[in-house]
Amino acid sequence: MVKLVEKTPAEGLLPLEINGISLTELVPAAITSLMPFDGQEAAASALLSSLLGMECPHPNRSTGRDGARAVWVGRGQIFVVGKAVDASVARHAALTDQSDAWAVFSLQGHGVEDVLARLTPLDLNRAVFKRGHAARSLLGHMSAVILRTGENTFEIMVFRSMARTAVHELETAMRAVAARDALR
Amino acid sequence: MRIRCPLCGDRDSREFTCMGHETYMHRPAGEGWGPAWDSYLHLRDNPAGVTRDLWYHGAGCTAWLLVERDTTTHDILRVELASDAKRGNA
Ligand SMILES: [Zn+2]
Repeated sequence: MVKLVEKTPAEGLLPLEINGISLTELVPAAITSLMPFDGQEAAASALLSSLLGMECPHPNRSTGRDGARAVWVGRGQIFVVGKAVDASVARHAALTDQSDAWAVFSLQGHGVEDVLARLTPLDLNRAVFKRGHAARSLLGHMSAVILRTGENTFEIMVFRSMARTAVHELETAMRAVAARDALR
Repeated sequence: MRIRCPLCGDRDSREFTCMGHETYMHRPAGEGWGPAWDSYLHLRDNPAGVTRDLWYHGAGCTAWLLVERDTTTHDILRVELASDAKRGNA
């Protein structure tokens, strides 16, 4: 009998701490893509709100909190991260289970923007990209969801197949920023 | 070059792919071959100045955008969602 062993996307690679910045893996209980049908945006949002206490976020934003978040990830598309979405929402939106399709990381520490600035063209200045802001953009050459969840904390999502590359890119950027700091 | 995506905001050009002139939004009716299809597929102007083309925000929100720009100055003059432009024309 074959015995399958469950592994997280970045199994064995994390956590990392370099120069006061930490990179850890997050393993949400569920990730569901929610794409409201044409004209059903308000109904989908109201139902999600009554079920999970958070509305559908506007573009470039997220709602909810740690453990249950709704994140705008593209045109007409929201990811519900951390909590399962009840099948009744399918009346108003296309739902697809994405739970095992993404690697999710937390990057945290003072100067965390300097690390991400090496990898993404986004303007992450905290006056512009505030807590709760979310963006679909690039991390190196990878499509990524980047979300500020705190003063010095970002969550980063990439396709699961790219987990190892993402960790490598982030570690390289963390070391490069640390090397510069060492010259000050 | 930067493009202000109506959904994502001001973004770096590396997030976008250019498909070509907005002609692609006006597909001829029917399947029969004729001058309209020839023109749709093959005939393009090459203006020095203002032109309108379709860009795909593939590394962002994945929307198709209709971008009006100046080929001589690289100025981006106007950006809208292709879906909005299509509805407006309908
Ligand atoms: Zn966009």
